[in-house]
Amino acid sequence: MDVLLQQLINGLILGSLYALVALGYTMVYGILELINFAHGEIVMVGAMVSVSVLAALTAAGVPVALALPLALAAAVVVCVVTGVLVERIAYRPLRNAPRLAPLITAIGVSIVLQNLAMIFWGRQYLSFPPVIEVRVYDVLGATVSNIQILILVVAALTMGGLLLLVNRTRLGRAMRATAQNREVAGLMGVDVNRVIAATFIVGSALAAVAGLLIASYYGIAHYNMGFILGLKAFSAAVLGGIGNIPGALLGGLLLGVIESLGAGYIGDLTGGFLGSHYQDIFAFLILILVLTFRPSGLLGERVADRA
Amino acid sequence: MTSKLLIAFVLGAASWSMPAWLTAAETIEIGCVAPLTGPQAHLGKDIENGARLAVDTINASTPTIGGQPVQFVLLVEDDQADPKTATVVAQKLVDEGVKGVVGHLNSGASIPASRIYAENGVPQVSPASTAVAYTNQGFDTTYRLMANDSQQGKALGQYATGLGKRVVVVDDRTAYGQGLIDEVVKSVEASGGKVVGREYTTDKSTDFTAILTSLKAKRPDVVVFGGMDPQAAPMMRQMRTLGMKTPFMGGDGMQSAEFIKLAGPAAEGAIGSSPGLPLEQMPGGADFTKRFGERFGKVQIYAPFSHDSAVVLIQAMLRAGSAEPKQYLPELAKTQLDGVIGPIAFDAKGDLRDGPVTLYQVKNGQWQPVETIGGPAAK
Repeated sequence: MDVLLQQLINGLILGSLYALVALGYTMVYGILELINFAHGEIVMVGAMVSVSVLAALTAAGVPVALALPLALAAAVVVCVVTGVLVERIAYRPLRNAPRLAPLITAIGVSIVLQNLAMIFWGRQYLSFPPVIEVRVYDVLGATVSNIQILILVVAALTMGGLLLLVNRTRLGRAMRATAQNREVAGLMGVDVNRVIAATFIVGSALAAVAGLLIASYYGIAHYNMGFILGLKAFSAAVLGGIGNIPGALLGGLLLGVIESLGAGYIGDLTGGFLGSHYQDIFAFLILILVLTFRPSGLLGERVADRA
Repeated sequence: MTSKLLIAFVLGAASWSMPAWLTAAETIEIGCVAPLTGPQAHLGKDIENGARLAVDTINASTPTIGGQPVQFVLLVEDDQADPKTATVVAQKLVDEGVKGVVGHLNSGASIPASRIYAENGVPQVSPASTAVAYTNQGFDTTYRLMANDSQQGKALGQYATGLGKRVVVVDDRTAYGQGLIDEVVKSVEASGGKVVGREYTTDKSTDFTAILTSLKAKRPDVVVFGGMDPQAAPMMRQMRTLGMKTPFMGGDGMQSAEFIKLAGPAAEGAIGSSPGLPLEQMPGGADFTKRFGERFGKVQIYAPFSHDSAVVLIQAMLRAGSAEPKQYLPELAKTQLDGVIGPIAFDAKGDLRDGPVTLYQVKNGQWQPVETIGGPAAK
């Protein structure tokens, strides 16, 4: 078995999940310069909804091929509604307030969502119904499972779709214009409120997809799963250059791979002094180094003068 | 007949002819602490429900202390499985004047809290904490009804070595997980096996692919995990995803119905140890399952133990004729009774004497007992 290759694969899967979530942070930041700390919670909502719906449907005897897309659709709808409501209620009234105010609100929204989820779903872990039979394939001495392949494919398709949306469509052009200068974009006839709402819709839909993938991969969903995930994804976005979409992809993948390699080799590298539970040291050490030498992140250039 | 005697007679008659709640029964407060929020809430609730069943059952029998009718009240606190919160709620219970405490669940919470109970002379019976250090602090107020990690780790290590000589271990760096795995390592080496890899995680992680990959490279015969079910279940799933068919073992933290639910089909074949006898092999098991089931549903793991913890405390008070810790503590130490979990007696440290450890395996989606190591039956 090739350990290094396996660790790279592990990291790539973890990284594509981080990247999907990081996109949500980076899109909102790019347009509003707001760190939407509630985004991790939207992912959690996506995971919880998809698990609940899938469990209910499979219990009712709906075939998996139908139940899975329905669960995804339900998660997307609930996440989009939540995301738009959060924007409308918590962020829009503060759009011209000092930067600290929406940041605090974002943290507040995150706590509210977590507690609502706890009240609604309870404190127990939800279990992803075993609808997908795990198959394991051998690739050059490493193993890849069908769920991992599914994650890679879905993540790649979603991110490709997003890049097309941002670079090739009218809405994408409006988004880019709003990101560059909100006032001027407004003067040029862009409906800024609509563009911002669309950003939250797209970001929340991505979060729903990420939520379903994460729940299916790890097999569990929990009301406070969004917190650490959000933190990691946010770090990934910063690593790649927050506000920059390819940066979020790069940052997410890098963070996943670094974490995997870190956890896999830290024990051997430090002679057993530091165990694998210190895996986050690597990720955050790299983050600190990158920010020290490239404060705008790996791909972020535009952001430096705004931050 | 003097009037004094007459009054005594009337009062006496009143106290046993009327339901307890009608007489002005003195209330005696007993603390119960477990994590009621967070990932282990289902286990904490199990502890609360077990203790509640014991208290309610005893109350219904109109207990008296020193001739006075008494009613026991459970003051329930949430320690969030967190050492700092554990000391805060311990102090709160002490300030509220509880006469004894059932709890905590996690060794990491029980140990710091036990100092506060000891300093205030409040007896503590843990239904779940298994870390050796808990009863090793020299406190005379510290008791438990579980076989400790030394007994459990020894059993796990022996069984693991029976499955194969190359053992790898993972722990979640909590007092429980680390303590258990330290004992497993000792036991594996004592039984002629070899620990070829040791990795660590945390009690909040969900991704274990990296550490499992490094462990897989060590070509182990068996993987032993020290931690709780929210980590054990995804860990076992990920082992199967990585194509590891190695047997997966763990302690009582994963030997729960929740583990099977969370791990799904991947749970098949998992081996979990649990201090004590299987619920159905406990002397009072069938009756307890029925009574508990009527009120609270399915027993997770700890309910019989928290039930007996409350019983042990209350019985000591009744025997001593006093709810004052100073008065009843010597009686607590002398406890000799047949609980739901089996015969209960303490050694000098406050550990359960001859605590048995049972190994279970998941077969057809159910934990099935495979072997009991230690305990009175083994002698």
